[in-house]
Amino acid sequence: MEKQKLFFPVKPFRTNGGAKVPHRKNTSDVQSAVMPSPKTVTIPMQQHIGAPCKPVVAVGDAVYVGTVIGDSDAFVCAPIHSSVSGTVKSITRITLPGGNTTEAVVIESDGQDTPDPGLKPPVVENLQDFLKAVRDSGLVGLGGAGFPAHVKLNVPKDKEVDTLLINCAECEPYITADNREVIENSWAVMSGIYAVTELLGIERVIIGIEDNKPEAIRILKEIADNEKYDPKDIIRVLPLKASYPQGAEKVLIKACTGREVPAGKLPADAGCIVMNVTSVAFLSDYLKTGMPLVKKRLTIDGSAVKDPKNVIVPIGTPINEVMEFCGGYKAEPCKILMGGPMMGLAVSDDTLPILKQNNAILAFDEKEARLTEATDCIRCGRCVSACPMRLVPTKLCADVKLKDFEAMQKHQIMTCMECGSCAFSCPAHRHIVQTIRLGKSQLRAELMKQKGDK
Amino acid sequence: MSKLFVSSSPHLRATSSTRRIMLDVIISLLPASAASVVFFGWRALMLIGVCVFTCVFTEYICRIVMKRSQTIGDLSAAVTGLILALNLPSTLNPLIAIFGSVAAIVVVKQMFGGIGMNFVNPAMAARIILMVSFPTAMTNWVNTQFAGVDAVSSATPMAAEAGTYSYMELLFGNHGGSMGETCAVALILGGIYLVARRVISPVIPVVYIGTTAVLSFVLGQNPVQQVLSGGLLLGAVFMATDYTTSPITKWGKVVYAVGCGVMTVLIRTYAELPEGVSFSILLMNILTPLIESITTPKPFGASKEGKK
Repeated sequence: MEKQKLFFPVKPFRTNGGAKVPHRKNTSDVQSAVMPSPKTVTIPMQQHIGAPCKPVVAVGDAVYVGTVIGDSDAFVCAPIHSSVSGTVKSITRITLPGGNTTEAVVIESDGQDTPDPGLKPPVVENLQDFLKAVRDSGLVGLGGAGFPAHVKLNVPKDKEVDTLLINCAECEPYITADNREVIENSWAVMSGIYAVTELLGIERVIIGIEDNKPEAIRILKEIADNEKYDPKDIIRVLPLKASYPQGAEKVLIKACTGREVPAGKLPADAGCIVMNVTSVAFLSDYLKTGMPLVKKRLTIDGSAVKDPKNVIVPIGTPINEVMEFCGGYKAEPCKILMGGPMMGLAVSDDTLPILKQNNAILAFDEKEARLTEATDCIRCGRCVSACPMRLVPTKLCADVKLKDFEAMQKHQIMTCMECGSCAFSCPAHRHIVQTIRLGKSQLRAELMKQKGDK
Repeated sequence: MSKLFVSSSPHLRATSSTRRIMLDVIISLLPASAASVVFFGWRALMLIGVCVFTCVFTEYICRIVMKRSQTIGDLSAAVTGLILALNLPSTLNPLIAIFGSVAAIVVVKQMFGGIGMNFVNPAMAARIILMVSFPTAMTNWVNTQFAGVDAVSSATPMAAEAGTYSYMELLFGNHGGSMGETCAVALILGGIYLVARRVISPVIPVVYIGTTAVLSFVLGQNPVQQVLSGGLLLGAVFMATDYTTSPITKWGKVVYAVGCGVMTVLIRTYAELPEGVSFSILLMNILTPLIESITTPKPFGASKEGKK
């Protein structure tokens, strides 16, 4: 890639499509509450993309807050820590909302929340130390994907990264966790950004934030535009139009830099690293205290929740206890989501634990949970104009129905990121994303099979 | 905890529905329908009633015979009936209107699979079937009630000598023609409503009408008269924009609309037909799949050279 002259855009670059989703940011002005440790926590060994961890503790072991309880030799993996102090009660298997079954460590809390005596701030002198510290912290992409942060920050030598994008778009309805993080922990955000830029040698940082968060924008601008705090003047805040899916990685890169990540490639191929705002804030806290990722701020909201707010909870807390902390259910919950309503996963059981990459738990009453019946496609084209990836969803659905793998590849089904803008806009209420998701997994299986045949 | 619904994301949907869209189309056609009743009297109202009822009833029977789910609730059959009625001369025998309605729903729409599946616009195909089957009855245009003498055969502005009608007469519809096509103001109002409600994008009507105006000017005709007379406005706003039979892609819409405009002017100028709107839209409907496949946008991040 030829070297582009770096500049800060005054207004966002044009992006395609998107859906006019309602914002419903009911909790954006409510101070986060800290939830005390529950009696027991269940901590799954897979809370990231990549290889699952193996438990490194046995039943009966004493653990503290921050003690490593799961790890693996695999590169794409992040260690898992205990979120309470107490005793390991059992090691079981649980099924996560995505359908994966994984091992989980059940810990009985002693109620003391004693931090692990071995924890101390990491000594970071060079990039290698930094990447090791990031791995030890257990940090994964906190925006929801859960990609291990040390893998993301370990940019291959042949790729030139010049821009760090801080994802503060938070485009999903209801969710305000990142917004509260900025308001309540703004210094950590800034020092986290500085730590990353210094160690990776990045010259430009753009904080992409949707313009429906005026207070967070004001706070960020106050710091970023102040010579005292940003002496090299490398950080700028870029307010983005509040339109879903502004926070999707590729869309954010396009809006902030005008670059398009090539299909099937990573942000580094467009010279960018994208980090969630809560991730950088956590990193700064970790470098200061050495306390790994054991707590998470979540937005608890939805029509079945009595007292919606953001809650900082120990990882592994069962959903129903978090709900109890928010005043309980005010109506019979009929659908509970991990994540936002556009891309979140529906859970089958409210005793499942909170995971690292969760940023919201939403509970809905029957009225909002009821499914609408799909009718025939009327070819109105709303899905086509809504697609941020410029795909033609109707064609993809037809390809999937015909199991035409060649056509699926031709129409670039793998470029679909399942943001749901098409299905949201569809007046016939067709299950477009579900169909495309099915097609993607069938295509993946088919390609594996073809590879095996050769 | 009794039971939780588990379903695939997204869990949130817009409030739009097929029925609401069709209702919007009906609302947008109300000014033109009202104008037709004002200008052509009770016969217009009767024909509208006959067409709408026949279309809905035929679709109802069709879905039962075909053992498919009932779809008259989505109001698309009512829209077809209404548009067909507005394309008929007010003097038409209601039996012919019934024949046209049945043809639209059975042959053009349901035999191809119902809503979203027909490859040409049902109302327009039915109009063409009637034009070919009953050429005299279908062109028995009369002057409006306000033209002095009632129910006297009268040429439409398309067939009349240029200058027979003033712009004002063309604009407000005080001239002969099919029931719904004469009042330009009512049609434009309906179009504005559809665009404001985001039911249609303005691309097709604007490009279609623009192409017609420019090309007819180039060929030495009066573009204002060409735009305001005949079925152009009705066709461009309500028939060329039919979802099912027009391209789904942005640039496809442009290509399609230019094609419609060029065909319309060519037929009007060089063919021995008085009007070219129906046939040009019909031909472009048939080309729609082709147009769509050549105007499919390049997906985000697709490599320029890589045609994998």
